Amino acid sequence: MIEWAVPAALAVGLLFNALAVIGLHRFPDVYTRLHAATKCTTFGSIFIVLAAALYSGSEWYHGRPHNAVLVIHSVIALAAILLTNPTGAHAIARAAYKSGHEPIASEDALEGVGL
Amino acid sequence: MIFALVFAACLVFYALLVFDGTALSAFSIASGVAASLIAAAVAARLAPAKWDNKLANPVRWLLFAFYVVVPFFLEMTKANLDVAYRVVTGRISPCIVKISPGLKTTLGTVMLANSITLTPGTLTMHVDGKNDLYVHCLNARGRKPSCADVCASLPEWVRRVTE
Repeated sequence: MIEWAVPAALAVGLLFNALAVIGLHRFPDVYTRLHAATKCTTFGSIFIVLAAALYSGSEWYHGRPHNAVLVIHSVIALAAILLTNPTGAHAIARAAYKSGHEPIASEDALEGVGL
Repeated sequence: MIFALVFAACLVFYALLVFDGTALSAFSIASGVAASLIAAAVAARLAPAKWDNKLANPVRWLLFAFYVVVPFFLEMTKANLDVAYRVVTGRISPCIVKISPGLKTTLGTVMLANSITLTPGTLTMHVDGKNDLYVHCLNARGRKPSCADVCASLPEWVRRVTE
C-alpha cells in the first residue's frame, strides 16, 4: 500500500504547487496572485511533506531506525510552513497596500483607514 | 519563569533537529545551549506583562490540535479546490471587506487572521486596534461578503481555544 500512497501524495502535492505557479501568471494584481502563491503552495507542500513522512515512517517500521529523524524533521517543516506562510502573505499584502499598489477590487474597505 | 520555559522548549526543539541517534558532540550541545539562551532572553523581553492562565490548560491544547486537523483542514481543502478552479477558469471578482469577528484576545485574532489567509479565497491584509480584520476576497459573488461568508465556523473554534 505504501508504494502507492507515497507517489499519490507526491502527485497531489505537485499538482497544487503547479496550480500555484499557473495562478501566479494568470491573476491580474499582486493581491490575487498572493492568493495563488500562499494557499496552493501550503496545501501542496503539506502533501509533499506527508509523502516524505510516510516513506521514512515505513522505512522506520521495517527496521531502519535512523529514518525516525526524517519523520520528525518532516513534521517540524510542516509546522513551520503552516505558521510562516500566512504571516508572510499578510506582511506582503500590507506592504504592497502601504506602498500604493491599487487593488483591482469592486469594494475597498481599507481606503482611507491609514495603515 | 518565561525565560526558563522558552529555554527548555528551545533545547527540546534543538535536540529534535540535531539528534540523529548517535552521541552529540560537545560543540553541538554548547551551541544549542547558547542559541536557546539568546532566544529565551529575547522572549522574556517580549513577554506580555499580564499572563493568561487559561492557555495553560491542556484541554485547550487538545482542542487546538483538533481544530487544526479537522475543521481547519476541511476548510483548507475547500479553499484549495476553489482557488484551483479560479486559477484554471480565471473567474474572479476581488474586493476588500472589513469583518468584526469580535474576538477578545490578541492570540485569538492572530490565529483567526492566519486561518483566514489559508482558507477559501480570502487573505487578511490588516488588523486594527479593535481586533477587526480587513480581508481581501478573491470572489465577491456580486455582493458584499459578510463575516460568515469569509470565515465560516472558524471564529467559534478560535473562541473555544483561546477565550
